[in-house]
Amino acid sequence: MSAEPVTSDTVDASAAILVEKLNLWYGDFQALLDVDLRVRAGAITSLIGPSGCGKTTLLRSVNRINERLGYVRATGSIRLWGLDVLDPSVELAQLRKQVGMVFQRPNPLPLSVRDNVLFGTRVHLPDGRPPNRGESDRIVEEALREVLLWDELKDSLDRRGTELSLEQQQKLCIARLLPVKPRLLLMDEPCSALDPAGTEAVEELIWKLRGEYTILIVTHNMAQARRASEECVFMLLGEIIEHSDTASMFLNPANSQTAAYIEGRYG
Amino acid sequence: MFEATAQNRRNRKVEGLFRLLFLWMTCMLILPVALILGVLIVRGGPAISWEFLFTQPMNNMTAGGILPALVGTVWLVVVALIASVPVGVAAALYLSEYAPDNRLTRAINLAIINLAGVPSIVHALFGLGAFVIFFRFGTSVLAASLTLAVMTLPVVIVATRESLQTVPLAFREACWNMGATRWQTIRKIVLPNSISGILTGVILEVSRTSGETAPIMFTGAAFFLPFLPQGVLDQTMAMSLHLFVISTQVPDVPEHMPFGVALVLISMVLAMNGISIAFRVYLRGRKKW
Repeated sequence: MSAEPVTSDTVDASAAILVEKLNLWYGDFQALLDVDLRVRAGAITSLIGPSGCGKTTLLRSVNRINERLGYVRATGSIRLWGLDVLDPSVELAQLRKQVGMVFQRPNPLPLSVRDNVLFGTRVHLPDGRPPNRGESDRIVEEALREVLLWDELKDSLDRRGTELSLEQQQKLCIARLLPVKPRLLLMDEPCSALDPAGTEAVEELIWKLRGEYTILIVTHNMAQARRASEECVFMLLGEIIEHSDTASMFLNPANSQTAAYIEGRYG
Repeated sequence: MFEATAQNRRNRKVEGLFRLLFLWMTCMLILPVALILGVLIVRGGPAISWEFLFTQPMNNMTAGGILPALVGTVWLVVVALIASVPVGVAAALYLSEYAPDNRLTRAINLAIINLAGVPSIVHALFGLGAFVIFFRFGTSVLAASLTLAVMTLPVVIVATRESLQTVPLAFREACWNMGATRWQTIRKIVLPNSISGILTGVILEVSRTSGETAPIMFTGAAFFLPFLPQGVLDQTMAMSLHLFVISTQVPDVPEHMPFGVALVLISMVLAMNGISIAFRVYLRGRKKW
């Protein structure tokens, strides 16, 4: 990233993401209003709120994938480790290397398990030169071990990623982010396409990855936010209503709208 | 409780009637195909022989074979393919993978639709003006093929774009989110998964150009020329024009000859279609996601 670094006294080392005064419009519709958010490094932070509240928009602003829709405009700043990613000088390829994204619907590429895991390294390596055989074997094993797939898949690395079970597909989608050493993982309802067993397994995995990676996760599932996150952000109509540690938000929400949402009075 | 009421019986009757009607209409569709093929085989079949396919026309085209026309058509189609496929595929890639939804893109789309709607005789005049006269290619294989290429460009673009669109967006998003560029995404994911569709679509569409007559009439196809073209700047005979000529312009042509020419022409087209369909079935069988 080549954005200008901020002076050291304003850098908050414990904040992985620091969003300030973020406003975002889709055409004439304002989806985010003056969003301020501080995401603690190494923690799992969940974004909750009813459909259309802007949580996915906020998530997708962090790696700037929103911009693909030409009519998006944003003001304010999103600092990752002190650097503003909205700065025009930011190299998107480098940003997306640092910030991995997991989608609602598992989307492994129509390649072998092995090539799925190596895809990122091939995209980012100098001259696109793939690592040699031994090195790539090590990368694949390490990534699959980290997502708890190695034992299941070590003998079927040539299977197509798209033929795996949904749970395995989603884990593979997480695994393929890891070889390029991202620091932040964005997850957009990563379990909503999975059955309960798959959900549990992927949640366990996400829990295991905390500390090593900063994780920002959008979820519709209150129980999941409660089980699998350390901090929780409640959004409503493009604004952040409440942000606190998960346990206290669920036990003792400060805001009455938060309380109403958590208790399922709307959503 | 479960007996049919009068209303049920009436409904069933109407249902049957409409089913029959639609079935009948569908069969009507097969009829012309079957008739055309049947008539051509019965009346043109006797004309087909080794000699018919591989010798020069003789006696003012009332005897002999169709070799120069056959070879000429192959030349025209191949050169047209070489000219239109790279341009068409590149344009489709741009429109499908890069183009933002703006005025320019909409204008390009409109142009493609309009180009597809231009009558072939107008393409012929354009080809005459542009390739024969302005670019000084003369009446030649090159001018005729380029005219055919311009005419087939829209279908090549549409066929290619359709097959690019069959690759799910989720794959592209996955790539972009890992920092892959559009081109890396195209090369590693989009093209490998759509190349079969592109190839078959292109073959299928371009096979139809082998039957075009108007665009090549003024631009490169000769009435009678008992030589094979030696290069792209030569004139050539072509199957479609030859059929027109011996059917309407030359007296005393034996009756089986035009039918024979038509049969060979339609066999060429059907053979190309067959190859393309077989190819598609084979590749689709292997593809899974």
